[in-house]
Amino acid sequence: MDPAAAKLIGAGIACIGMGGAGVGVGTIFGHYLAAALRNPSAAQGQFGNLIFGFAVTEALGIFSLLVALLLLFAL
Amino acid sequence: MDPIHQFDVAKLYVFGHVGGAEIAFTISALYMLMSVALIALLMIGATRQRALVPGRLQSAAEISYEFVATTLERTTGPEGMKFFPLVFSLFMFILTVNLIGLIPYTFAVTAQIIITSSLALLVFLTVIVYGFWTHGYRFLRIFVPRGIPIYILPLVTAIEVLSFLSRPLSHSVRLFANILAGHITLKVFAGFVTMLSAWGILGFIGAILPLGLTVALTALELLVAFLQAYVFAILTCIYLSDAIHGGH
Repeated sequence: MDPAAAKLIGAGIACIGMGGAGVGVGTIFGHYLAAALRNPSAAQGQFGNLIFGFAVTEALGIFSLLVALLLLFAL
Repeated sequence: MDPIHQFDVAKLYVFGHVGGAEIAFTISALYMLMSVALIALLMIGATRQRALVPGRLQSAAEISYEFVATTLERTTGPEGMKFFPLVFSLFMFILTVNLIGLIPYTFAVTAQIIITSSLALLVFLTVIVYGFWTHGYRFLRIFVPRGIPIYILPLVTAIEVLSFLSRPLSHSVRLFANILAGHITLKVFAGFVTMLSAWGILGFIGAILPLGLTVALTALELLVAFLQAYVFAILTCIYLSDAIHGGH
């Protein structure tokens, strides 16, 4: 196979990992919303934790995006 | 029409060469200086009157101050307040640079990996230096969580070390990738408008949809610009909290 084509296919495959991060981020926000509707007065205090969990989960998706970007532009 | 073209760093003035490397005043430096000047003007202008009932400008400054101060105090405790200038500068700088970058025909500084990685490395090195300075070698205890059964402790420690080392990477790439991807998306949708309107009257009608989407995406990017500045600030707080409190 042509190495350039293999690189492009690899970048596409690497992006599948972002789907997992999407599931994770959805779970975090969904559970936050469900809990906030049960106890709205406690929701404001957990906003920092929400953003932290979101950021840590998103980092894994960012890593797969990074692999894709490296394949496309750096290697 | 190339969506990547907007991230080219144009040189405005070349000072000279130092050992083969070119030293130039770039458009990136210009925008960073502009945002620093803007923040300084806002803060100095807002605090000049110091009215008991704040005006519009003063409340903007007070709200941003209070916002960062509460975030920092909640994550690091009162001992962390000595890092307030660092966190506040980072937050305001990233927020201003992100917002300026959203104006059409401007330059998005945070879409340059070198800028975000410099900021992330600043935080990372601050954490390491301050952690060893206050706790000595006991700072290494952050890698060994308490209450873990001894037979999986080596594995957990290895994972902790790895996750600690990947912090500056994820910290910088998160901001970079979000701003980069957002600006590319905006440019691609704006490209649809010009492409469709080249088709004549039917294309003009069809171009309304991508134009509306561009407006909606700009609103989304406004949220992302704020959220990423906040995420950067809160992660800085959490990393600093490790350095302040040492091993959990």
